[in-house]
Amino acid sequence: MRARAAGKYAGAVLLALWVLFPMYLLTAGAFSTQSGVYAYPKSLWPHWSTGTMSFFWDSAGVPTALGRSVIVAGITVALSMLLGTPAGYAIARYRFRGRNAYQLSIVSTRAFPVVVLSIPLAVFFLQWGIYDTVWGVALMHTALVLPFVVLITTSVLAGVPVDLEEAAQVFGCGRAGAFWRVVVPLALPGLAAAASFAVLMSYNEVFAASILTIERPTLPALVLNALSASPDPYKFAAAWLLMIPTFVFIFIMRRYILGFGVERRL
Amino acid sequence: MSGGTTASVPAGLQPALAPPARRRRPSWVPYVLLAPSVVYLVVFFIVPLLQGLRLAFTGTDGQWGPATVHQLLNDPGFWSSVWNTLIMLAIILPVQLVLALAMSLLVNAKLRGSGFWFYIYMLPLGISDLTSGIIWYSIFTQQGWLNSVLQDLGIIHTPFIWLSYSRQLLIIATIVVAEAWRSTSIIVIILVGGLQAIPKEYSEAADVFYATPWQKLWHVTLPLLRPTLRTALILRTVLAFEVFATVIALAGSSLSVLATKANNAYTQFQEPHLAAAYGILIMLLSLVSTALFLVLLPVRTEQAG
Repeated sequence: MRARAAGKYAGAVLLALWVLFPMYLLTAGAFSTQSGVYAYPKSLWPHWSTGTMSFFWDSAGVPTALGRSVIVAGITVALSMLLGTPAGYAIARYRFRGRNAYQLSIVSTRAFPVVVLSIPLAVFFLQWGIYDTVWGVALMHTALVLPFVVLITTSVLAGVPVDLEEAAQVFGCGRAGAFWRVVVPLALPGLAAAASFAVLMSYNEVFAASILTIERPTLPALVLNALSASPDPYKFAAAWLLMIPTFVFIFIMRRYILGFGVERRL
Repeated sequence: MSGGTTASVPAGLQPALAPPARRRRPSWVPYVLLAPSVVYLVVFFIVPLLQGLRLAFTGTDGQWGPATVHQLLNDPGFWSSVWNTLIMLAIILPVQLVLALAMSLLVNAKLRGSGFWFYIYMLPLGISDLTSGIIWYSIFTQQGWLNSVLQDLGIIHTPFIWLSYSRQLLIIATIVVAEAWRSTSIIVIILVGGLQAIPKEYSEAADVFYATPWQKLWHVTLPLLRPTLRTALILRTVLAFEVFATVIALAGSSLSVLATKANNAYTQFQEPHLAAAYGILIMLLSLVSTALFLVLLPVRTEQAG
């Protein structure tokens, strides 16, 4: 039995290395000297330097593109939580006609890939005058994120006991008051997980962002456009900057991640 | 609450399939709560979908007809992008399923610090296809990490060109590796959820008959996991049709798939009709393959019960 347990730990370690080692290699590339990036054969322990990162940071448009990415993610989170949380609450707390139909259509949005949506939307956004703006990208991202936010907030809010909410109402809270004073505080970690997921999806999204912008791209769109013409140090530094948020936001989400899959079963 | 129990479903995350029937009056309240999201999704899903269909089935002159479809079928590189997408899919399904199954079984095996392992396995969930493509580019490129290690070990003496235009299958293999690295976490989420839904009694019954771990996996766990595996297959397939930035980062312009063709048609050639046609094709392939999985892998409900 002990040998079997050891085997399991060995397997777990191997799989963890499979995930982490490429991340280390990218980090080693992004924090080499610029000439170190081209050294061959490379040493797994490079001459650490911030030269590559600062070269990337000083490249045209990078800080503003990062700023735009942050703004787009901010708008996306705000909009999707604002629209999605009430829907999640309704599904978690009420029985009503059309409830199943709504849930089914939320799940089936998965069948409409971003490729299908963003190209027609580009045509609309040109007409509406929000093409090539943070708003256009954020509206698209909200559409992509909203179904997930509804699913996650539904399962999170369903976990807050109804009794507590009713007790608050007995003691004089209105329905809205009970929601804000009882449900939201109790559901806060779960809602933070939903918001984190929205941030990550928006910050990472590149297809729609590259379709919907020209002069004012988000960071991934800027990097994608520059990819074929840019030197390796630029690529590695960019990828590192795009990778880093996952460590924070997956940490916030980790207890809730499994809930994401529950209702995605067909 | 450190570590330990993270990987088990928190009490609050049971599916909201059976809502509490406490509220007696199913009044207008839920509809008001749903309305904003419904309006938003109609505007940003249904309307673009209809517009996409219109673009795909009208020509540049605005006339309805198969002009754009003809253009799609005769687009240089159309058929190779279809084949590349399908070959990639055929390789990635088994590879990723085995990998995801291994991770899920380990997460579910109640190892010490299972929360820690789960956190690490989930990290790629927050990484974009672009980043993952660049990470694996840094490994597979001519002066990259893989060649460096192989040369240090004396296996090669000059850098091997992994990402060569003339070796399309090898490029597809590198894309598969990058995708397997990045998107396995999504499959793990689904599989762990399915594993945890399997009652412990089955495993205990198998123990009574001295089943080996392999026998348990083949004859108990996998059959019970069948509905979940089907979902995982469907999701993985749909995602494979959307693979985009990974391809650009690794292959540049030397290999195209459907999503990169769609993006190019719009951003480089300013052909919204053609781009929309690619989009509609991707959607159709997703829908057809989903239907195929549902029909070919029927799930008998009494199996799980």
